[in-house]
Amino acid sequence: MKLKLTLIGAVAAFAMAPMAHAERGSDGHVNIIYWQAPSIMNPYLSGGTKELEAASLVIEPLARYNQDGAMVAWLAESVPTVENGGVSADLTTVTWKLKSGLLWSDGSPVTSGDVKFSWEYCTAEGGGCAQSEKYNDVVSVDTPDALTAVVTFGVSKPFPYGPFVGAQAPIIQAAQFANCMGAKAPECTAENFAPIGTGPFTVTEFRPNDVISLKANPNYRDASKPAFATATLKGGGSATASGRAVLETGEFDYAWNLQLAPDVLANMAAAGKGQVVSAFGTLVERIMVNLTDPNPALGDERATAKHPHPFLTDINVRKALSMAIDRELLVEIGYGTAGRATCNVLPAPAIYASTANDACLVQDIAGANAALDAAGWAKGGDGIRAKDGVRLSMLYQTSTNAVRQDFQALIKQWWSEIGVETELRNIDASVFFGSDPGSPDTFQKLFADVEMYANNFDGTDPESYMANWECKQAPSPANQWQGNNMPRYCSADYDALVAEMATTGDLNDRARLAKAMNDMLMQDYVIIPLVDRGRVSAHSNTLGGVVLNTWDSELWNAADWHRM
Amino acid sequence: MLNFTIRRLLMAIPTLLFIGLIIFLLLELAPGDPMAQVPLTVPPEVKEKMREALGLGEPTHIRFWKWLVQFFVVEPMYFLDNHFGTALAEGKQRVISWQTRSPVMDIVAQRIPQTLWVVGMSYVIGVLIALPIGIISAYRQYSWFDQVGTFISMIGFSVPTFFTGVLLIVIFSVMLGWFPSIYDTTLVVNSWSTFVMQVKQMVMPVFVLALYNAAQISRFMRASMLDNLNQDYVRTARAKGLSENVVVLVHVLRNSMIPVITVIALGVPQVFGGAIITEQVFKVNGLGQLLITAIYANDIPMVQTLTFIFAVLIVLFNLVADILYGILDPRIRYD
Repeated sequence: MKLKLTLIGAVAAFAMAPMAHAERGSDGHVNIIYWQAPSIMNPYLSGGTKELEAASLVIEPLARYNQDGAMVAWLAESVPTVENGGVSADLTTVTWKLKSGLLWSDGSPVTSGDVKFSWEYCTAEGGGCAQSEKYNDVVSVDTPDALTAVVTFGVSKPFPYGPFVGAQAPIIQAAQFANCMGAKAPECTAENFAPIGTGPFTVTEFRPNDVISLKANPNYRDASKPAFATATLKGGGSATASGRAVLETGEFDYAWNLQLAPDVLANMAAAGKGQVVSAFGTLVERIMVNLTDPNPALGDERATAKHPHPFLTDINVRKALSMAIDRELLVEIGYGTAGRATCNVLPAPAIYASTANDACLVQDIAGANAALDAAGWAKGGDGIRAKDGVRLSMLYQTSTNAVRQDFQALIKQWWSEIGVETELRNIDASVFFGSDPGSPDTFQKLFADVEMYANNFDGTDPESYMANWECKQAPSPANQWQGNNMPRYCSADYDALVAEMATTGDLNDRARLAKAMNDMLMQDYVIIPLVDRGRVSAHSNTLGGVVLNTWDSELWNAADWHRM
Repeated sequence: MLNFTIRRLLMAIPTLLFIGLIIFLLLELAPGDPMAQVPLTVPPEVKEKMREALGLGEPTHIRFWKWLVQFFVVEPMYFLDNHFGTALAEGKQRVISWQTRSPVMDIVAQRIPQTLWVVGMSYVIGVLIALPIGIISAYRQYSWFDQVGTFISMIGFSVPTFFTGVLLIVIFSVMLGWFPSIYDTTLVVNSWSTFVMQVKQMVMPVFVLALYNAAQISRFMRASMLDNLNQDYVRTARAKGLSENVVVLVHVLRNSMIPVITVIALGVPQVFGGAIITEQVFKVNGLGQLLITAIYANDIPMVQTLTFIFAVLIVLFNLVADILYGILDPRIRYD
């Protein structure tokens, strides 16, 4: 009996041990590697993921998303909703309450004035704030007391969590940035490199595009965190090298975004120094079908709604293109555990994911051939189908990227099996995704028949993402080729659903609408989804507390990281 | 000689201005968009605002003029201010990087130490190894030493640094664990242990680059020595009864150095240009890595400034090579 008690005591002591050790700075140093080096620590001046994530160690929003995509209060006491009275019944005002006793890393108190300032900073004229969309429709931010900020929107906002939520819209210190408004924003180098924050770490030295040295924030709200006294965020190199540094040599504790071939990653993980973690968000690799004619002979009216595409306007052709693709094989070759086949352009969060289109998961070349035969597209002597003198011959473009070129080659092969001829083209990513209206090669102009790329949306609410395929979002010369409706899809029913969603507050209704829109796009085959791409990172076996989050910064819970 | 130097320096001014213009126009005409790396979730209107904030809305000639003023007037003023505590550049706009929104020259200054340590050291070591190898290989042509030297320099020449670099990392970092695979630019050498760490992290990148440099220079040295060893003056020197050491190391070497000096001098600007690939492989993050990331991000002020600095160095070291000819060969006179 005594022995048993002693054993229980010993076990309990072991179990308690990490608690006893949990003291700020007790675990020494943590090394993080980002193979793309952060250039600045102010997410308002850079839309880049690397900068957002590095900055999230230092500055924080009022609320953010957890690993399941659910919103959690961060600097705020709770997430305001209509039920708890935080959001007004007409959906135009949101009342945020800061946690009491919050301090900036310099020891001064965090007030609602800082919240208001963050909005003013991002919306100041001439500042070129990368996150200004987060503050769309905000007409005022009032501060009735030091801990309360009331955000008023000019329109009713069914999803009012743009401002101050997520890594993109953190709270910055008014005292520090007061002289950095608008056009002066880029001149504040010291401020942009070392913002004063509320997060677990503060910057001790920032070397742009190289390395960031950080130390524990002495005024962090939880006295026992962070467990690490200092941190280094090294940038540069390649995904392979950073994977190697964590998984094979153990020099680093955490490696971000390891876009590597599945077998390369598996070989590295076999060294046993660390583990690969993956999680899925909303990033979908897809093929956009051009419903307009990209024929250069049309001059300025090329790829505009005035000239329908000669054969891609036939739904049978679009459907056959989708049916001929083996998505599981694409996943296996390109992404391994970091991808999964999908039949939806809106694959997550779970409440928005439709199951109505899952038939596409199975490749059906015979079915595709039958559909084309039935639609009157007959194979010619060269094996290419044609009807009324129109041959099924397409130009298929994408950005230059090893995986994408593999995908192109595979898909070209499958399409040739259904009698569709494909010419492949790849364009440097900085040109393809650049929005130079003078360049003919941007993904918006889509001077090709089909194109492939990946896209996703911030946070968990798909409203603005689904609104991408409204008629008016079609890029054309009239809007300098801006907009995300690459297929130039135009359906009154779809636009009605978009309008309905903009005024619907109830979550279940919103989910129903989002699913309906997704199904409409899928069943019209104007977007051919291929792979739901996950995020893959790696951490060393000695680093505990890592929770990979695709909905917010990967470093969102760095305060909880500890040495094991 | 002084006249010649001054004349050449004056002539360099229009040359450099022209080079600056060419670089600017090339960057201007090249496709690409500094906002291309911004995620697709950022809407185009916002990107347009960001572009305007970078000053991209202005016409080309005005932006070139602004860059000239910033680079040739404001930056030197800043330099003077820093050293003499004056306030010449107060409130004036410096050359600002689009990626970091901070002055380009500050980042360049931050990057120079690691580039000079790693790339510079590898150049010095490469030259120190190459000269004796070249001399002995030529003097004992077709001996086993010459054969081995030729074999190693062929390897140095033909195997790319991204292969040797990764090979070394796999052997010495992954398998043996002797050296770090990632260079720590924040390491401050202030004690014996930090010095050892600095040496450890420099070993692999310096070896890779030194092998490459030594291969190149030793071949030049060998060829140049072979040209001279069969000349009449060498026979004369031997006939006069001079010792073999004096014949080879004084008479032949001095004459053989003339073409080799050109190669060495013209290689120095490349040291400042960094070693893009090796720096990437070992994460040294020097000037080479700075240039390549700036090119990827379409950070035009950064690319323009860096390439222009390299152009200045190339012009300068061409001049240095010409002056060294005069010193090595008294027959060459420019005045």
